Amino acid sequence: MELNNNQLLRFTTAGSVDDGKSTLIGRLLYDSKSIFEDQLASIEATSKRKGHEGVDLALFTDGLRDEREQGITIDVAYRYFTTPKRKFIIADTPGHIQYTRNMVTGASTANAAIILIDARHGVIEQTKRHAFIASLLQIPHMIVCINKMDLVDHQEAVFNDIVSQFEVFSSKLDVQDVRFIPISALNGDNVVNRSEQMNWYQGSPLLHTLETLHISSDTNKIDARFAVQTVLRPQREGFLDYRGYAGRIASGIYRVGDAVTVLPSGFTSKIASINSGEEEVSEAFAPMSVSMTLEDDIDISRGDMIVKTNNQPEMHQEFDVMLCWLNDQPARPRAKYSLMQTTNEQKAMIKEVVYQIDINTYARNTENKNLTMNAIARVTIKTTRPFMLDSYRDNRMTGSIILIDETTNETVAAGMVV
Amino acid sequence: MSKYFLNYLDELESEAIFVLREVWAQFENPVILFSGGKDSILVTHLAHKAFYPARVPFPLLHIDTGHNFPETIEFRDRLASEKGLQLLVGSVQQSIDTGRVAEERGKNATRNILQTTTLLDTIEAQKIDCAIGGGRRDEEKARAKERFFSHRDDFGQWDPKNQRPELWNLFNGKQFEGEHFRAFPISNWTEMDVWNYLLREQIDIPSLYFAHERQVVWRNDSWIPVSDHLKLEPGEAIEIKKIRFRTLGDITITGGIESDADTLEKIVTEVAAMRQTERGNRTDDKRSESAMEDRKREGYF
Ligand SMILES: Nc1nc2c(ncn2[C@@H]2O[C@H](COP(=O)(O)OP(=O)(O)O)[C@@H](O)[C@H]2O)c(=O)[nH]1
Repeated sequence: MELNNNQLLRFTTAGSVDDGKSTLIGRLLYDSKSIFEDQLASIEATSKRKGHEGVDLALFTDGLRDEREQGITIDVAYRYFTTPKRKFIIADTPGHIQYTRNMVTGASTANAAIILIDARHGVIEQTKRHAFIASLLQIPHMIVCINKMDLVDHQEAVFNDIVSQFEVFSSKLDVQDVRFIPISALNGDNVVNRSEQMNWYQGSPLLHTLETLHISSDTNKIDARFAVQTVLRPQREGFLDYRGYAGRIASGIYRVGDAVTVLPSGFTSKIASINSGEEEVSEAFAPMSVSMTLEDDIDISRGDMIVKTNNQPEMHQEFDVMLCWLNDQPARPRAKYSLMQTTNEQKAMIKEVVYQIDINTYARNTENKNLTMNAIARVTIKTTRPFMLDSYRDNRMTGSIILIDETTNETVAAGMVV
Repeated sequence: MSKYFLNYLDELESEAIFVLREVWAQFENPVILFSGGKDSILVTHLAHKAFYPARVPFPLLHIDTGHNFPETIEFRDRLASEKGLQLLVGSVQQSIDTGRVAEERGKNATRNILQTTTLLDTIEAQKIDCAIGGGRRDEEKARAKERFFSHRDDFGQWDPKNQRPELWNLFNGKQFEGEHFRAFPISNWTEMDVWNYLLREQIDIPSLYFAHERQVVWRNDSWIPVSDHLKLEPGEAIEIKKIRFRTLGDITITGGIESDADTLEKIVTEVAAMRQTERGNRTDDKRSESAMEDRKREGYF
């Protein structure tokens, strides 16, 4: 099989209960022939036991036993399928209110978000919430699937009406690329195959849309950022003086000979060599994992960032982030948390809650200073050392942070630098 | 299209290398769980790339069921010596002899479940704080929710409902005394991806993966290899078939499939045409629909 130039596309799916998310994923996997015989056999057996007629495609995406028993999805689950054009990773996240945290998690690495709307109900509160999170996490492409078109006689008017409802509120959001597709997940209309019931729809079916989204420019290729994960010091013949800085390029392009600055120290040097595995290369770009050597002997360790001298992030000890609280334990005002940004870790505190956002109405609340599970707020963070600041909007990899509570070691919050 | 994009295999490789380097940077005493199967061979290969020109800094830990394919053991020893890797072995036989576990009985008895205890005992005895596995999320339903950094409590257990959220490339490997982590660098690879990559990189794998003639018995819908540990049931007959194995595990329950695929190219073609998940040939997952999840909770791979 010739798959050499096929790209990888990661997408999330969001919808409220019963909008047909499981059926849609099942349909994509089934029609793209990604469901294996033995999995199908096990789904058939379960369908029968539960008294369903035929195969319930939704069962394919139900992961753990508790969920199968309760009949709900409770966490992020990943699914895979490949077509002759692309490899896909689905982060399947639930749409219940208490699971904002899971949606944020699934959205963090996604190129695209599929938002499902039940054609009979139109835009509901959850739709706004899902669109908000997709825009907050800066998912580059949003695909709104209006599902169950078969239950509204495949009417164009119903579709158009929902599109305008959506556009009314999405105009307040920061979204770059939104598309709308009328589908029936159950019957497979406009999922993999073009619908014969909806000739009025001129666009592509969902799968074709996913296969052709332009994603090469989803990663920032301008601001070169390289966070050092670890230093390679091979203690062996031929490499005794070798000091390689290993990491994954967060954004931008690096070439041998580039003038670079190491942050936070500010020392400057030039790139002497770049290695990708055993192979020496003359240039490398995000998201490659490489190791670099510099012309000068500088003290560099994990958490340092190598950037191009002519394009540096600002350094600040106080800055604002949009924070999503992910833990049962509410935030403790002015408590110290461990803050991770790329491979850099330091102590930080939430100095101030500027406002919280109601994700259903997008209203700002400046009164409520308590951050509880699923809260989304603009906060001011204060760090103990200078923080290399890139806005999340410019750079999803360096503009993102997590907070860890060192009394429990849990990841309690995720933040996007404003 | 710009030339500055990675194809999907390069992107998966880059992601796995990132995870392996994070493990090395965040843990004191990490090891690679090495089963001799293609996934753990792949992880070892990726570790080589991640740390070149330095040596792979992780020892290999093999949990030896005593029910091995001889080819697996030869391969393991050769790989360790070629790459200069330290090899740690946890022995299930020893766990049985010391009464930590009891051998299962019956026709489908396996030592797969017993591995859990041996593994957790070894992790404790060797003070291992992170065991890197070749688990993939596409393998089985229960694995679909695994994190790259998967936290285990001080009983070695996984709590699927209470996992740490994992966002962007920010992996939280913090732990308390007695707890440990499992790390899964190839989480996002599918079986097909693994084969395509093995082919592309021309990675050496045990001969068992290639079609060869072997003495086998038809049992549980697959060809179980004849070995010292196999007891024939009434009605079963030994046959010689041209088969290959899709996974390598406990020899008593790992079934082969009939195949002519004797090169990596042919395997890739065959896998692409095949409509069965690879675990479908291992009888231990067939016991109940939730079997894998139950074992994972207890600290299985
Ligand atoms: N008529 C019709 N029913 C659908 C469609 N998609 C899903 N359903 C049904 O809606 C119900 C909920 O679907 P499911 O996929 O479980 O929803 P989820 O909760 O969003 O995962 C099931 O009974 C599906 O069969 C569709 O396009 N048309």
